Amino acid sequence: MAGFPILTLMLLVPLVAATACLFVEAKAARSVALVATLINLALGVVLWANYEIGGAQWQFTERVELFAGFSYALGIDGIALMLIVLSVFLMPICIGASWESIQKRVGEYMAAFLLMETLMIGVFAAQDLFLFYIFFEAGLIPMYLIIGIWGGDNRIYAAYKFFLYTLLGSVLMLIAMMWMVNEAGTSDIPTLMAYDFAENAQTWLWLAFFASFAVKMPMWPVHTWLPDAHVQAPTAGSIILAGVLLKMGGYGFIRFSLPMFPEASAQFVWLVFTLSMIAVIYTSLVALVQQDMKKLIAYSSVAHMGIVTAGAFAFNVQGIEGSMIMMLSHGLVSGALFLAVGVIYDRLHTREIDRYGGLSINMPQYAIFFMLFTMASIGLPGTSGFVAEFLSLAGIYQVSTWVTLVCTTGIILGAAYMLYLYRRVVFGEQKNADAAAMPDLTMRELAMMVPLALAVLWMGVYPESFLAPMRADIAALDARIARAAPEGDSQLKIGPPKSDKADAAHGEEAEHGGAH
Amino acid sequence: MEFSGSLALVAPEIVLTVAGLVLLLVAAWAGDKAARTISIIAVAALAAAAFLVAPALCSGASGADTIAFLGQYKADAFASFAKLLIYGAAGASLMIAPPYLERFGAMRAEYPVLIVFAAVGMGMMVSATDLLTLYIGLELNSLAAYVLAAFLRTDNRSAEAGLKYFVLGALASGILLFGMSLTYGFTGTTSFEGIRAALDGSIATGTVFGIVFMLAGLAFKVSAVPFHMWTPDVYEGAPTPVTTFFATAPKVAALALTMRVALDAFGTQALAWQQIIIFAALASIVVGALGAIGQTNIKRLLAYSSINNIGFMLIGLAAATQAGASAMLVYLAIYVAMSLGGFVAVLMLKDADGNAVEDIADLAGLSQHRKVLSLCIAMIMFSLAGIPPLFGFWGKFVVFQAAVQADMVALAAFGIAASVIGAFYYIKIVKIIYFDEPANKATGKSDWAHQAILALCAAFISPLGYLLTKWLGSLADSAAASLFSVV
Repeated sequence: MAGFPILTLMLLVPLVAATACLFVEAKAARSVALVATLINLALGVVLWANYEIGGAQWQFTERVELFAGFSYALGIDGIALMLIVLSVFLMPICIGASWESIQKRVGEYMAAFLLMETLMIGVFAAQDLFLFYIFFEAGLIPMYLIIGIWGGDNRIYAAYKFFLYTLLGSVLMLIAMMWMVNEAGTSDIPTLMAYDFAENAQTWLWLAFFASFAVKMPMWPVHTWLPDAHVQAPTAGSIILAGVLLKMGGYGFIRFSLPMFPEASAQFVWLVFTLSMIAVIYTSLVALVQQDMKKLIAYSSVAHMGIVTAGAFAFNVQGIEGSMIMMLSHGLVSGALFLAVGVIYDRLHTREIDRYGGLSINMPQYAIFFMLFTMASIGLPGTSGFVAEFLSLAGIYQVSTWVTLVCTTGIILGAAYMLYLYRRVVFGEQKNADAAAMPDLTMRELAMMVPLALAVLWMGVYPESFLAPMRADIAALDARIARAAPEGDSQLKIGPPKSDKADAAHGEEAEHGGAH
Repeated sequence: MEFSGSLALVAPEIVLTVAGLVLLLVAAWAGDKAARTISIIAVAALAAAAFLVAPALCSGASGADTIAFLGQYKADAFASFAKLLIYGAAGASLMIAPPYLERFGAMRAEYPVLIVFAAVGMGMMVSATDLLTLYIGLELNSLAAYVLAAFLRTDNRSAEAGLKYFVLGALASGILLFGMSLTYGFTGTTSFEGIRAALDGSIATGTVFGIVFMLAGLAFKVSAVPFHMWTPDVYEGAPTPVTTFFATAPKVAALALTMRVALDAFGTQALAWQQIIIFAALASIVVGALGAIGQTNIKRLLAYSSINNIGFMLIGLAAATQAGASAMLVYLAIYVAMSLGGFVAVLMLKDADGNAVEDIADLAGLSQHRKVLSLCIAMIMFSLAGIPPLFGFWGKFVVFQAAVQADMVALAAFGIAASVIGAFYYIKIVKIIYFDEPANKATGKSDWAHQAILALCAAFISPLGYLLTKWLGSLADSAAASLFSVV
């Protein structure tokens, strides 16, 4: 594989397909989009299979000096690899979810989605600061169009809000980037990750980056664009928004804020923790009273992202690992939940929870999948959500027991709103005749649900597959920020190391809980 | 330098002057029937002139060899860069005019002649190294422009635009002349080199006043706030091909002239004018953005957009560095492509009978029946808003980078934050074209010349434009270097 520009290929396949989609009629556009996303999925699998665990930190690197002022430099580490795999995994499902529900301007729709895929992969693969920014910011255009053209009734307000909020967040980051490049003399991300900026400069740079990533994440109180965007976006738009776009914020924190500004990150831990705690509790409570299914899941996303940020700023390996797994898990689970909402929305054309009820009677298969994803969202052991929550909370505990207490309360609230949603939609009596007459999952819907369910279970039962590629990178990040790590209040006593045998017998969680 | 050497340096101006005079005679004898032929010859003359100035840019000409007529005129790489943009924009304005003007029976033979004379004036403006050459060039361009603004004699709005432009332009010229006279009085010379030498060290209060008045006059020409008031009215009233011309070529000329005056003549006293430029830049960005929000006419909206863009370019000037000047030139090149594309797209918006559609509300749902045109407009709008991966982002990028390198982080941060306000109205246009229910107003067919020019501009501002960044950057760098090389 050495020397083969697989990342460029992964960028080009959807781009070429997007151009093709603009020129063909609806039916062909759907097929072109599906084939292109499946090719990219296959390439993603090849990428994962060829990724050498424990090898060089940056693999599949490419560098061409195409432009003035910045270079076309691609390359991935384990963290980027996992997020790229997540993106290419969700894309065919997005195309499948819009197969029948999108009937107007299909070619343009598919083109927007494929363009989105190129940009998402580009964000995670970019190794040049400005190249990253271009991909990061360009995502606004297709998403603006997706929400605005194919969204719900209040789509225009949501599209504006999404666009302007995120743009305002990121322009200041651009100025900070220019300052950094001017100071360090290079726009190469790996070099910048090892560059030590002066401490007082770090503060400003950190805040500028924070403005961008906090909006993208989104963190309370700048999360208000998310429920609007989610509710108005078409199903596939919600999947990609929750599944991948939100991860750009978390990726930004882990790739830029922490390694480039360790001192400033430590200085602002209180800010991140406070906002995360508020997000976890407040948005969970808000989710509890929602009447709109999509809005409920959108608020639950904000709550889960609160755990991601708190975990990332725990300054230890478990916290960062937990935060990464939470991003991957949330990508799968919230994507699946939006898909589940989309399935019944396609049948009844309403997202109002009260219009449904007793779906377990007429849609048993649907009820099973919906339950699995509900449980994964709550964090039931055996699903990906559990691994994510356990690792993050174990990491946060080492820094602050209070934050852990609050975040865990949020998880209890999470169980409350998700189970309450599930009870109202799936159990109880069949109140409405039209809802009671809805047919069960079609083959197409099954084909989308099954891979998601398998991935959720895989990550829950054997998370090592996902942790292994990231381990070395997270350890390197931990070593980089260790000098600034804040004092913890949990006063952990490190016991005698266990024998290898005991470790192996305990399985994954025990290994990570105890080894560090 | 010998007289013949000087003549060789001004060859592009001579070609255009002779072409203009000959075409004027042809126009007088052959009448309006020959208008199209005259246009074609005028475009050929502009192309020939462009061909003559290109070598100076490629070789990065600077220094004593480029000075003609004892320091009156300078044909350096900087002037060549600006002239290429000017000739290109002027040529495009000639090519797009016939289909529009013929509908009003106004495709008269004077149109190409006036554009050619304006191009001569603009060429002199960017090459001027003496206050008198500067003024002659400026007035030659302005007089042609006043007539062009009022070119549709029968249209009240066009006549009003011409009159407004003339009155306010004359006022600005007066202010400029007053500033020049103060500068002359306190430095004792009209040549830029002499002024530069006289100001090396201390600066008299009177010269500061001279700088302020000169910059005020020039701010009018580039339509920077607070001297921007004429822009929306003139842009709206003038015939669209003329508006296209106004938004591109004279902007390049006036901005290049401002750069030469600020960085060459007053280059040793940057502190005296930096604050003025910073104010004008930020005010232009904010006023341009806020003013555009309420507009219902697309031409007025683009007028505010050009005020907004001038603000961004002035940030490069405020940096007062070579990198800043180079960034401005890159931005200018991109800006010309975006404005040209924007106004050509407006020209292409016609209803079924061929009447121009200028009301923004009438563009609703345009994407349903004019897919390619809508895509181009959307690209231009996103590009003007500076959203990557479109090329408009690159212009803002280099300008802000220059400001950051000159340690003006606060200015850059404020400017870029204000650009978000501008993004609002650009995406509003995209919203109207793509999200709204079709109004089915702009259904008319487009002329092939318009399509070709729009396609060229769209290709340039598309992400493909980034492949040109190296080439464009090195040209702009050598042009900026020649501006900064002190003889």
